This record gives sequence, C-alpha cells and structure tokens, in this order.
Amino acid sequence: MDKVLGTLNGMSYTVGDTLLELSYLIAALLFVVGLKLLSHPETARRGNLWAAGGMGLAMITTLLLHKNNSGQGIPLSNVWIVLAAIGVGAAIGWMVARKVKMTAMPQLVSLYNATGGGASMLVALLEYPAAVAGDIQSILVTVLGLIIGAVAFSGSLVAFGKLDGRVGDITKPFMTYLNLVLLIATLGMGVFIIVSPTPPAEMLWAIYTLTALALVYGVMFVMPIGGADMPVVISLLNSFTGIAAAMAGFIYNNDAMILGGILVGAAGMILTLLMCKAMNRSLINVIIGAFGGGGVAMDREHGNIKEITLSDAAVLLSYSQKVVVIPGYGLAVAQAQHIAHELDNLLESKGVEVKYAIHPVAGRMPGHMNVLLAEADVPYEKLVEMDDINPDMPNVDVAIVVGANDVVNPAAYDDPSSPIYGMPIIDAHLAKNIIIMKRGMGKGYAGIENFLFFNDKTRMLFGDAKSSIQKLVTEIKSM
Amino acid sequence: MEQVLQFFFEFKDAIFIIALSIFLGIEVISNVPAVLHTPLMSGANAISGVIIIGGIILVGHANLTSFSLELVLGILALIFGTLNVVGGFAVTDRMLEMFKKKKK
Repeated sequence: MDKVLGTLNGMSYTVGDTLLELSYLIAALLFVVGLKLLSHPETARRGNLWAAGGMGLAMITTLLLHKNNSGQGIPLSNVWIVLAAIGVGAAIGWMVARKVKMTAMPQLVSLYNATGGGASMLVALLEYPAAVAGDIQSILVTVLGLIIGAVAFSGSLVAFGKLDGRVGDITKPFMTYLNLVLLIATLGMGVFIIVSPTPPAEMLWAIYTLTALALVYGVMFVMPIGGADMPVVISLLNSFTGIAAAMAGFIYNNDAMILGGILVGAAGMILTLLMCKAMNRSLINVIIGAFGGGGVAMDREHGNIKEITLSDAAVLLSYSQKVVVIPGYGLAVAQAQHIAHELDNLLESKGVEVKYAIHPVAGRMPGHMNVLLAEADVPYEKLVEMDDINPDMPNVDVAIVVGANDVVNPAAYDDPSSPIYGMPIIDAHLAKNIIIMKRGMGKGYAGIENFLFFNDKTRMLFGDAKSSIQKLVTEIKSM
Repeated sequence: MEQVLQFFFEFKDAIFIIALSIFLGIEVISNVPAVLHTPLMSGANAISGVIIIGGIILVGHANLTSFSLELVLGILALIFGTLNVVGGFAVTDRMLEMFKKKKK
C-alpha cells in the first residue's frame, strides 16, 4: 500500500492513495446510479441500496487509506474513536428509522436533514482555522459550507418542530425586513472573512459570529413559512444540505463528496421548483411572502352550508359507480388512512369504482399522501395524479374531500383576487356530488374562503375524519 | 475581467465538476413520478450525508493527546453525519418496502 507509484505536481503518491481515489470514483458512480434507479418505482429500492453501498465503501476506504498532508494515515486510536462515534450515530439512526410511525415521516426526514446540515456546519467550522491566510478558494468554500450548512441545520430543526406540532407559524410583517437584514449581515460577514488578510486562526471571533448569524437566519427564514408551503421548504433545505456537503468536499478536495453533494443539491432544487409549480408560485414568493391576509377575497354571496347525514352519505356512496377520494393534510392528522382504505374496499365489494386523487402539494412534504396511503396498503394503481384525474371528474358520481381545502378551491380558477388564483387544483367541483369531511368551518391554511363548501352539489360531513369514515363504514355495512 | 478569467482557469476542474454534476442531477431525477417524491427526497438526503467522509477525516487525524472542544465538535459532526446516512437510507428502505409489498 505504501509503495510509491510516481509523483504528480511534486507530490508522490502511493498505491493506497490511488486505491482511495478509485474508491471515491466508484462511490460517486454508485450515487448517480442509485439516484437514477430511485426515480423509477420498480427499481427504487435497489437504487437506495446501491447508493448506501457507495457510501459504505467510501467510509471504509477513507478510514483505512486516508492520509493527512504530512503523509500519515489514521492512527489506530483515532480509528476506534471514529468507529465508536459511527456506532452511536448508526444505532440511533437505525432504531429511529425502524420504529417511527409512517405518519411522522415528514418530521423524520427534516430531522435527518438537520443532522446532515449540522455536520457540514461543524466540519467547516473546525477546518477554518487550518486554512492559509489569503487562500481565497479554500476560505470561500469553507465559509459557504458553514453558512449553507448552518441555515439547513437550524431551518430543518424549525421545520421539524412545525411538522411535529411543537412550533407554530409566526408571521409578522416586519419579519420580511428583519430576514433581509439578517441575510445581508450574514453574507456581509462571510465576505469580510473571505477577503480579510488576517490569518484564520486570529479570526475565530468572526467565524463564530458568522455561525451564529447563519443559525439565526435559518430559524427566522423557516419561521413564517406555514403549512401548505412546507413541501417547498423541506425540499429546498434538502437541496441546501447537499450543497453544504459539496462545499466541504472542496475543502478536502474529495470528489465523492463534491459530486454527491452537488447531485443532491441539483435534484433537491428541481423538486423544489416542481412543488412551486404545483402551487403556481415562485420560489421567492414562497420564501418572502407568506400567505394569508394577502388577497382580499371576492365579495360573493356565501350561500348555505348543507350538511349530510351518515345514512344519506352511505346510500349515496353505495349506489354510485365512480367515487374519488381527495385526501389532504387532514387525513394525515386524523391518521385516517387505514380506515379510508377499509371504506374503499367496502365500496369496491359493492361494485363501486374508487380512486384517490393526489394533488402534488397535498400534505406537508412532496409525495406525503402517497407514503401515507401506501402504508395503509392502498394499491399503487388507485392513486391517480391530478392531471390524470381532472379530465374524468365530470363522470365522477361522488368526490369525497378528506381534510383537503386549498387544493380543491375553485377560487383558483375564477377569483383573480384570491392568493391561490392560477394554482392548479383537483376539479372536485365538476363531480356530480361532493362530500366534504371537515372538523368545522375553519378556513384552510391559506385563510381563504372556499366556495366549494357553498356549492349546490356539496354536502358537509363534520367531525374528525377518522371517526367520520369509521361511522360511514359501519353505516354502509349495516345497509 | 482578467481576474475572472484567471479565476476560471485556476479553478476550471472545480467549475467543470460542478456544472456537469448539476446537469447530471437534473437529468437523473427529471420525470420522477409523484409517488416517489418522498423516497427520492429522503434517499437524496441520505446521499448528502456524504459529509461523513469529512467527519472521518477530521476525527481520524485529530490530536488525541489533549482534550479539546474541537475534538468534541468533531465527534458530534461524525455522529450527526452517521445519523443522516444510516437513518436516511434505513427510512428510505422502509418506505420503499411498503410501496413494494402491496404489489404482490
């Protein structure tokens, strides 16, 4: 392993060095192939394993073959410490991942994203003092890794708190300006550190200030962003973690880190933009302008709310040919996915065709409804995407809206003053009958009146989604 | 202008790798069906745990003769990174397993 193979740019390299770089190349390729396989349903699971394999390979070879600048490998005593730390992290990570409820998935994804960002932040923070004064390139990537990692860390923690119901949305008009000031201060501090000729070892106060600023900015940046925008924020933070890891990769000149990080950064950014498109909003709009209080809803006759009794609903559903369930975050909150599946099985046994219409931003993370319904064993073929179900909506006998609001609000079509005007929605209003399951008459997340509720074809079924569906199932069975 | 050109030439390898990786990232996940949004995000999240390599290098070459804040933070970084990697891949696998079993 220590046999010198040759010299490059005045540095001699050994067989071990070569094998290490080779293993990074293989790891990077495994990341790419893994991500590619992950984007197709049949191969997704294999893709995940391939990517994990690449990660394991890079970890092992780094531990065995990495040398510092003076050509020393990792001493045995350090190896033990590294293994112990990995053991602790792996045990916790594995247990939580196996034990957590599927309904808590958005929180968990945020939490793991926070740990990734936190690791990047710490690595950048600890590598900074070793940088050479005036070496702009390495200080630049260190500072960028630190800022992006810190924002991803604290931002993801806030997102975790919100999804877990521990942190509320705080929206004040002045926060936009405060955030702008914080952002400028953070970037200004970053630039100051990058251009300063002082040796980094004497600039520790500056780097710690920068860390604090970036952490505060991460908190303030996510704080005002509310419920329905969460899918955008989560995938954006995910993208940040990737970019932060790539920046750290530049510190070590490590190609596996750079490629893996940028790959995730780019993929996360695409997903973010996809989510924005599904809401007809720009990314800037999501970050700066929190919903609510914005548009003044058109002054229209409200009309009357009409309730439906359980027995009427049971009869209506049993004698329908086509029923579409439109789930939203309320389904997740009530954990009504299993009972919803029982309902669709029951109806199918009576010859009713049941499908689920999935809006891309329904729920709190990209693909939230799919995960939830998959957990309840709802077959994949029953989940229909918005664009595929909409043309068929006029033929649907009953549309059941379970805990969804904004994604079925027809104001998106006909009320230019509405904040959600132009957002693609599921055309529940075109169905022949509409049953809306809701806890009460509260407005949706966006605080916008939903005229679907006042539609002549609409009947409301008030109550917790889980118990409502449960009662409905009992009612249909007793018919 | 000269400085920009100079910057490009000196860091051309890095700029190449960034540009091509961005392109690759976009290509690889474009047209992903909505059903896979969550697993894809969570799998990608696990890949971003590649920062763990940095943690291994950091702690691997740390000076163990004296106790220091740097060492503690380094170990914390390593634990964080491992949580991201192991937790991320494990949870993605669990999700995908769920998607799979109902296909029978």
